[in-house]
Amino acid sequence: MTVMRIALVGNPNCGKTALFNLLTGSRQKVANYPGVTVEKKSGLMCLDGLQEWEILDLPGTYSFDTESLDEIITKDICLGNVSGERRPDLIVCVVDATNLRLHLRFVLEVRALGIPMIVALNMSDTAKRRGVIINIQGLSEELGIQIIETIAVRKNGADQLINEIKQNLPQVSPLLAGDMDYHEETKRLISANVVMPSKTSSIDDALDRIFLHPVAGLVILALAMFLMFQAVFSWATPFMELIDGGIRAFGRFVEIVLPEGPLRGFIVEGLIGGVGSVVIFLPQILFLFLFILILEESGYLPRAAFLLDRFMIGAGLSGRSFIPLLSSFACAIPGIMSTRSIQNQRDRITTILVAPLMTCSARLPVYALLIAAFIPDQTVWGLFNLQGLTLFALYAAGIISAVVVSFVMKKIRRSSLQAQTLMLELPSYRLPNVRDVLLGLWGRARIFLVRVGKVIMAITVILWVLSTYPVPPEGWVGVPIDYSIAGRIGHGIEWLFQPLGFNWQICVALIPGLAAREVAVSALGTVYAISASVDDPSAQLLPIIAADWSFATGMSLLVWYIFAPQCLATLAVIKKETQSWKVVLFATTYLFGLAYLASLLVYQLLA
Amino acid sequence: MYNENHSHLDLDAMNKRYISDMKIGEQAIITSVVPISANDSIARRLINLGFVEGEDVKLITFGPIGQDPLLVQIGFTRFALRASEASRVEVR
Repeated sequence: MTVMRIALVGNPNCGKTALFNLLTGSRQKVANYPGVTVEKKSGLMCLDGLQEWEILDLPGTYSFDTESLDEIITKDICLGNVSGERRPDLIVCVVDATNLRLHLRFVLEVRALGIPMIVALNMSDTAKRRGVIINIQGLSEELGIQIIETIAVRKNGADQLINEIKQNLPQVSPLLAGDMDYHEETKRLISANVVMPSKTSSIDDALDRIFLHPVAGLVILALAMFLMFQAVFSWATPFMELIDGGIRAFGRFVEIVLPEGPLRGFIVEGLIGGVGSVVIFLPQILFLFLFILILEESGYLPRAAFLLDRFMIGAGLSGRSFIPLLSSFACAIPGIMSTRSIQNQRDRITTILVAPLMTCSARLPVYALLIAAFIPDQTVWGLFNLQGLTLFALYAAGIISAVVVSFVMKKIRRSSLQAQTLMLELPSYRLPNVRDVLLGLWGRARIFLVRVGKVIMAITVILWVLSTYPVPPEGWVGVPIDYSIAGRIGHGIEWLFQPLGFNWQICVALIPGLAAREVAVSALGTVYAISASVDDPSAQLLPIIAADWSFATGMSLLVWYIFAPQCLATLAVIKKETQSWKVVLFATTYLFGLAYLASLLVYQLLA
Repeated sequence: MYNENHSHLDLDAMNKRYISDMKIGEQAIITSVVPISANDSIARRLINLGFVEGEDVKLITFGPIGQDPLLVQIGFTRFALRASEASRVEVR
């Protein structure tokens, strides 16, 4: 039996993803497929243990008459134009009951596709509260489509929808005569079936007066960003100490259980130490995501885009670049993918090129280690933590360099013939849905832990082998690791990085750091654990580098990580999104160039 | 085209108002979306977003500098439009 494919479509921000999570979330994982249809999410939903439905969450769409890449994905999937993808068996067109004027028009467009469909009238509770009265029966009859009320943010809010699909699979609605004017028809349907209150939501009006105020709005935006970075550093600390304690206890336990020998050394120092040195940053990453998710959920982000549009035009970007760039603080990969909503190609490429300059969460472990080692933990101006301030400065340095880079690119590139656009819908404010935020956090934690589990573990093992073998011959003077493959590679490229103050251990760690930036931390741990000879094999990485490196080296490496494109996955996604090796080559070269120059400058000034 | 009936066009231009000419808090009725070229995707998009004849539109506020972008409201929906986009929508 083939699995029924159900596509959720609808205008942006009508609650498709909330519905998707409700339908699939608790039972099946939400997968994010890489590939041509990146923005499509797909999940399985199990019914009574017998039947399964595949639910597709498609990018929000205003109209199929579009030039926007994300909307084209939705259109192509609905039309069955994507090779290897079956055309959906059923379309659930999700409609925001508070915004029918806009959303009903799209229902008419979807109806014209001639695929069995059903309308999910979402947020019907909010609509009622606002005084919107909808004659569902009448509307349904006129449309020739079944309409079901849903409340996607409530636990059983989709039960009626599920029952309806189970009991009588909707049929193709009869097509109406050719070219209809969707707006005229929408207007007619609304005036016949819907009573709208004359006033808009007073909460939205009040909030917009504050958040979009020319002065207060900008101050609030700056404060929100600053609070986010302070929180990452200070709120996460107790959780990090907890994890650290747990890892140490586990290491000691293994030390007692296992007999002494190279295997024990490998497991305790290599594996537990290496993985532990990265896992500890999970709380910081989750705090960062918590902020980003709440901002995303609340409806504030498009407001920030509105406030910043003019500034971003000045920098050669667009207000629409704001959301991709903000999500690049989490990780550049989803950030770069979300540039699809930028219609103007030149703006889009510029946004993609500067996205890696936003400090992604994978850089946090590196920053945190170096800050803890070289920046004193003290309070300045009676209010701010110096370490938190340093972190903020690093983030700011990334942002400022992004502004400079995009400004320079605007100057050197030919002016675009394509029109630049904003045309952004500012949604109603919403209280973030706890369930969606938690699901988002959990998904992020899982990605991080799987990465630690697979990539970091594998690289730690490889690196441990490379830095242990070949074993130096009898009579070898010096540290054994110098004779190993890793030691030789490190010494081999040291000349290139010596002007930046990087020693050979850092050079070794930079290489696995290409796979994932945070691996550099565990790699340093491995290299030092092995080369630290026998005095104190269980010594933690932090005191070692604090003692071994000069302040100038520490700062130089910090600055290196502001720019360095040390992440192959980012380069791969740039290639996929731009279909151009030229852009990838340009991104790699300019980022490496900036990293090298900036580190050189910092080291030479401080040393 | 522009040279023909020059004075008539000028008069027309003086009488025509666009969203970009509105004041904060002002309400108006959309009369049409004026494409600036044969294949103006922005104009098409505006129409798809509901900027069509007969709709009430209200100017809520401007961005922090240079009165750009504009925040306008149609029905319950608020849109951020650049001045260049708003100047395609004629109102009365």
